[in-house]
Amino acid sequence: MSFWIDPLKVAADWLLGIFTGWGLPEVAAQILIGFLGVLLLISVLMLLDIFLVWVERKVVSRFQDRIGPNRVGPFGLIQPFADIIKLLIKEDTTPGGADKVVYNIAPMLSMMSVLILWAVVPLAPRILGVDLNVGALYIIAAGAIGTLSIIMAGWSSNNKFALIGAFRQVAVMVSFEIPMLATLLIPTIFAGSMGLSAITQDQNIWYVFLAPLGALIFLIAAIAELGRAPFDMGEAESELVSGYNIEYSGMKFGMFYAGELLHAFTFGGFWAIMFFGGYRFLGLEQVSAFLAVAVIVFKAFVGYWIIMWVKYTLMRIRIDHMLAFNWKFLTPLAFTLLMVVALMNALLAGTPTWFYVSGMFLSNIVVAWISIEIARSYSRREREKVEGSTRVVEAHH
Amino acid sequence: MSQWIYIGLFFIVGLIIPVGAITVAWILGPKKPNPIKKTTYECGIETVGDSWVQFKAQYYIFALVFLVFDVETVFLFPWAVKLGQLGLFAVVEGIIFILILIAGLVYTWRKGMLEWA
Repeated sequence: MSFWIDPLKVAADWLLGIFTGWGLPEVAAQILIGFLGVLLLISVLMLLDIFLVWVERKVVSRFQDRIGPNRVGPFGLIQPFADIIKLLIKEDTTPGGADKVVYNIAPMLSMMSVLILWAVVPLAPRILGVDLNVGALYIIAAGAIGTLSIIMAGWSSNNKFALIGAFRQVAVMVSFEIPMLATLLIPTIFAGSMGLSAITQDQNIWYVFLAPLGALIFLIAAIAELGRAPFDMGEAESELVSGYNIEYSGMKFGMFYAGELLHAFTFGGFWAIMFFGGYRFLGLEQVSAFLAVAVIVFKAFVGYWIIMWVKYTLMRIRIDHMLAFNWKFLTPLAFTLLMVVALMNALLAGTPTWFYVSGMFLSNIVVAWISIEIARSYSRREREKVEGSTRVVEAHH
Repeated sequence: MSQWIYIGLFFIVGLIIPVGAITVAWILGPKKPNPIKKTTYECGIETVGDSWVQFKAQYYIFALVFLVFDVETVFLFPWAVKLGQLGLFAVVEGIIFILILIAGLVYTWRKGMLEWA
């Protein structure tokens, strides 16, 4: 077992030798090694998070025809560290009348709900926290803690803007969870497992070629889950100033902000794992574990970049339109797609691979085309209703 | 080592990091509260009435519809895992199950509960 193929095992064996040499029992040594591994992964994530602040600010400035941070260090790379110092030494105010316990727990839960998602992310064939056989359900369950933190923050702040923002955000998050769950079922059907590692291993052909519509619905639902534009109802700067985190300052606000950025990056990673082969790319993952980690980080960054692209291109949608879009279009579409995929999967079982893949791809395209036609004819009828009535009004003049 | 011990470790470390950061900020930051600073922010004017406003009943309806679908997907995940081995019969049964759920959604829709009135 060489270091390049499985660095984690080599390091764990080495540490186990040291710890048992100190006289620790084997179980305690194993738990200590697990603890150190978790600490390493979360430290790397926090470092990445600091870097993401810089990436986000640089990218948004390019979208808005600005240069962005460029004074502190080369290309402004040291800027996030200056921001952290600023956050640390700022006064932390609590509004009078706030529910102090809930108010203080909310930012911690917000950060934790994102960090614990990484327990099931397979970074390389043998580098992963745990290979849970209910990985897909774990993601949804951990995401629900994020929803909880938002309603806690909004309710405890004793502020109308915060409360209204939290109501809206939670309504959007729970609504878009339904199409997300339905599209998570599609990779589960293909792989025959809920484990993210098994889903990655099974993707000799990326699932995006088997279910392109599923990948698209997952991306839309993920953006809504993240509360990012065009679904940033909870923050809605022009209406609610800052939404659920309005009363937070200093490091507590920093936790919400950092948690949101890392959440977006994490969902870029999940998109890559579910539909784009995770750490697999042209057999590079067999060469070295480090290459596999590089591949999945690159894919997660591409997903994150697409999420940013959408955020800074589209404008915010009104809440009633957004919920109507979810319940009247996206949810029926996601479940129709699920039924079609399940049926095609059974009908095409045992056929040659090229036939299976093209059959799946075409059935997705047909479902997408029919749903767009239905939506188009509905909107045409609505438009004619409105335009017809205005014409009558004009005739009266 | 059990998988769930590892998940538990993740929960603990995932809480320690934000708690640590907030504690450090609490130690380093100045603490000079005054009544004006502690007032609720509302665009520079004083808050009118109670801050805990009533919420729209619409949110409640959406939460109920969500609950139905969320519970149902728990049944669908095991179905999806074993679908490859169970064959066409299980697929048809699953489709009937989903159609019953969609009938619930259509009922809610026809009742006008999905309109933002």
